[in-house]
Amino acid sequence: MSDLNQLYSEVIMEHYENSPHEKELKDATHKERGYNPLCGDNITLYLKMNGDIIEDASFTGHGCAISQASTSMMIDLIKGKDKKEALRLVQKFIDMIHKKDVNLDELGDAQVLQGVSDFPARVKCALLAWKTLQEIL
Amino acid sequence: MKYVDVEKIKKDFPILNVKPHGKKLIYLDNAATTQKPIEVIKAMDKYYEELNANVYRSPHYLSALSTQAYEEARERVKKFINAKREESIIFTRNTTESINFIAYTWGMKYINEGDEIILTIAEHHSNMLPWQMVAEAKKARLKYVHLDENFRLSMKDFKEKMSDKVKLVAVQHMSNVLGIINPVEEITHIAHKYGAKVLIDGAQSVPHMLIDVQKIGCDFFAFSGHKMLGPMGIGVLYIKEDLLSDVPPFLRGGEMIDEVFEDRATFAPPPLKFEAGTPNVKGACVLVSAIDYIEKIGLSNIHNHEGELLEYGLQKMKELDFVKLYGPKDAKERGGLISFNVEGVHPHDVATILDEEGIAVRSGHHCCLPLMRYLGVPATVRASFYLYNDFDDIDALVEGLKKVRKWFK
Ligand SMILES: Cc1ncc(COP(=O)(O)O)c(C=O)c1O
Repeated sequence: MSDLNQLYSEVIMEHYENSPHEKELKDATHKERGYNPLCGDNITLYLKMNGDIIEDASFTGHGCAISQASTSMMIDLIKGKDKKEALRLVQKFIDMIHKKDVNLDELGDAQVLQGVSDFPARVKCALLAWKTLQEIL
Repeated sequence: MKYVDVEKIKKDFPILNVKPHGKKLIYLDNAATTQKPIEVIKAMDKYYEELNANVYRSPHYLSALSTQAYEEARERVKKFINAKREESIIFTRNTTESINFIAYTWGMKYINEGDEIILTIAEHHSNMLPWQMVAEAKKARLKYVHLDENFRLSMKDFKEKMSDKVKLVAVQHMSNVLGIINPVEEITHIAHKYGAKVLIDGAQSVPHMLIDVQKIGCDFFAFSGHKMLGPMGIGVLYIKEDLLSDVPPFLRGGEMIDEVFEDRATFAPPPLKFEAGTPNVKGACVLVSAIDYIEKIGLSNIHNHEGELLEYGLQKMKELDFVKLYGPKDAKERGGLISFNVEGVHPHDVATILDEEGIAVRSGHHCCLPLMRYLGVPATVRASFYLYNDFDDIDALVEGLKKVRKWFK
């Protein structure tokens, strides 16, 4: 069960069950829906941009533990960052999920999602929010 | 197990020796596709080792053999679903292609502005999107029959929606999500009174119960080889004999002609008119091996066996207070599959944890998004049975679900 321990680690479950970011952002400047038609994961990402800076972000929607936790972790990571830096981190995360060698420290909590790379069927779940953010930016 | 010797049957399926994550494989995804017995696997090689040549065209020994084998396959399928005539059996790739075939040919010719097409809310996308296409192109209307409070098709609703405007009733024989078996004979009888034609999606019924298309009385019937121990890439479309000349050809090209001029052509008689190009001869021949295997065990034995598994499974799952079941509560007139959710856990997470235990189930919307919306859930988990499953497999599933509960308290 060691693989599952990685997939459903405490950090992931905490983000899944009690994410502070799961809410609608009333004064959002950007709103984008991310949808995975194969499994039905469905999130809406809200950003409040001030110039190039992501001042605030949140999400709503439903999906599996992986997609929800991943979204929450991403928001932790990108809040307060500028557009360029956020995009760089998104790419880093995508590389990690595709098993490329990257420096994980920069990814904060999101680095625990590295385990997902061993579950090919779940890679899309982990990437949903990050790809949606790429779309917005 | 009183109807079939599961121990013996399991030995016929080499893939059951695969050890996912080091565990014994518990294959409960039979509604998606079934595994193949060794006879079927061998028949694939046999075709290319002993019979291969193009059919109908060449006057040589091998071509005669392959043509004969292909025609015997048609004859065999005819008997299997009790069609009246061989010409009524058309080989396609799968159920999806068979239904699209009728939509693009008969549908586009005979469904017109203001006409109505009746579907059920539980249809697979394969029996929904082709009719959306026809409805849009021809300005016809789609009407959906709903379910009753016990998840069965509401015959009351069906009767209310029937009228002289209805040109086609397209309905699944068995639902791949709820397991309900629809009263297709009664539906056909009622539809015909209004002059409507009837198409039955038999993808989930043919593998599990005796089919008699003459008794049902339907005009079109579609199913897939890969869900009944056969190979992927071979499917069947049945067209009732009195419609064979009304239905135009689908694809055009080689093999399906009578005479060709520079600006026009006339067509061969059915079934060749419906099978342009080199067909999947190997697929048809191997499908015969699958039918042989099924008939050796006996479809009524398979049906009864699955009935036992279903009853046992429903009872065991009902004991889990954190599991919600979808579909009629009793096992009567239900096929061998169970759709469910674990409270507070997304179906993908359930399926991933079960997979770690070697248990293969499907999670998702099962190509039935309108049904999911109707049920008010984004997705479900589905365990579906076949002749090589036994009570131990269901016990393993139940234990697996208890593990899921431990992970997601
Ligand atoms: C009820 C039903 N109809 C149609 C299909 C489509 O079958 P195929 O993918 O073989 O065309 C399926 C299979 O998933 C099904 O369950």
